[in-house]
Amino acid sequence: MLTGVAMAMGVVLGVVLATMWLSPNPLVSGASWFYIWLFRGTPILVQILFWFYLAALYPHVSIGVPFGGPELFGGASKDLIPPVVAAIFGLGFNEGAYMAEIVRAGINSVDEGQEEAAKALGFSRIQTMRRIVLPQAMRVIIPPTGNETISMLKTSSLVSVIAYAELLYSAQIIFSRNYKTIELLVVASIWYLAFTTILTIGQYYLERYFARGSSRTPPPSRIEYVVRNVFKLRSPREEGGMLPETPHAPGEPGR
Amino acid sequence: MNAPNAQRSMVEAVKVRKRFGRTEVLKGISLEVRPSEVMCLLGPSGSGKSTFLRCINHLERIDGGELWVDGELVGYREHGDKIYELRESEIARKRAEIGMVFQRFNLFPHLTAIENIALAPVRVRQTARDQAKDHARTLLAQVGLADRGDAYPAQLSGGQQQRVAIARALAMKPKLMLFDEPTSALDPELVGDVLAVMRKLAADGMTMIVVTHEIGFAREVADSLVFMDDGVVVESGAPAEVLDAPRHERTKAFLSKVL
Repeated sequence: MLTGVAMAMGVVLGVVLATMWLSPNPLVSGASWFYIWLFRGTPILVQILFWFYLAALYPHVSIGVPFGGPELFGGASKDLIPPVVAAIFGLGFNEGAYMAEIVRAGINSVDEGQEEAAKALGFSRIQTMRRIVLPQAMRVIIPPTGNETISMLKTSSLVSVIAYAELLYSAQIIFSRNYKTIELLVVASIWYLAFTTILTIGQYYLERYFARGSSRTPPPSRIEYVVRNVFKLRSPREEGGMLPETPHAPGEPGR
Repeated sequence: MNAPNAQRSMVEAVKVRKRFGRTEVLKGISLEVRPSEVMCLLGPSGSGKSTFLRCINHLERIDGGELWVDGELVGYREHGDKIYELRESEIARKRAEIGMVFQRFNLFPHLTAIENIALAPVRVRQTARDQAKDHARTLLAQVGLADRGDAYPAQLSGGQQQRVAIARALAMKPKLMLFDEPTSALDPELVGDVLAVMRKLAADGMTMIVVTHEIGFAREVADSLVFMDDGVVVESGAPAEVLDAPRHERTKAFLSKVL
């Protein structure tokens, strides 16, 4: 859950920041550069703690007219930033900086002629990005994003320091009571592995979707091999015959 | 400030200059293209032909001179005695009225042929999707590819891709078509199909500026021919004149190599 929200925030921020970075306006690209410099250059643990302890520094935050004007919106910091929000802010803002670089690499990988053709047809900069460049950049963006998501899944265990009950923190609470430390760490690891596997499968299908129209369709992966054999048990020989190069996955009957 | 023949010419260039860093690529190009005229630009590579073409739809900004398309300054707006640079959205709107075909096709690889053609009408002109797709099918039929609408660019040959690219440009109902070496990236046996489509377009009265090395096409289809070298117009006139009786040494030298 935490991973999902923080990652979604990271991806959206990343796309916005990368687009800003490539903007012809120096102010806009400068802002993006500063953001990436700041959030990539400081430890994520510090950033999580920062959002959590912001309440201690500024007990009361509000949005209103400055210099004695009426307060429009405000409240105690600890109410506005509960641990879950601090965790999402810490992870999400940090992820945004990393995603920005991944998205930028993806955008740069798209042939310049594409942007030119779109311009010549009368597309605006934003439309060109949205309709032409980003869909093609996705092929390059997705694999490292998969990496980031899996990394995030595990980095999210860092938020245990602000007492937010994610998986590792829950495991810690339990083994501090019953002293079955190794057992519970193994249990937590199995859960992490399970989530990672699901994410990897999701990544495979996303990649395949964005590879449409490409002459280089991704080769059938281990996952596809497993999926095909699980769902099409009727003709295993035919499936196997079509994929001579694919080594059989663990758990499959040997040839 | 008024263009001399603003009403009668489709494109009018007056001493157009363009530099990239320190190198001056266009050193004062002046020429005129009338409506329904087909003009071919010839010249060795690096002579500035493509750059000039890209100035016409403001893909490149000119550094000096004046460039008029259909009676309006390219990239600028006159207001009283002063000229102002256009906003990005205004430039985009003007570009949409000029079709461009590239040497390397530049089809959108993630879209099918039909989608490639219908995208700009739907997104830029807000045409209804069904209507745009119907029109796209008609255009595909015109370029001889009625049955390849659902193919992705990677599944088409170079010649087919270029014909889709021409259809894509035509979908915006342009008043002027720019061709930047449309057949240079094609296998020789595929060139003919693309030239046939262009010939038909010319016969239908489209105003065209074609940068090309196809001397045969220039001789047969062009109304006027311009030979450029080193950023200047060396010679221009009717194709037969320039090709058969070149007056300048540089034109002669170039033609002796390509003919």
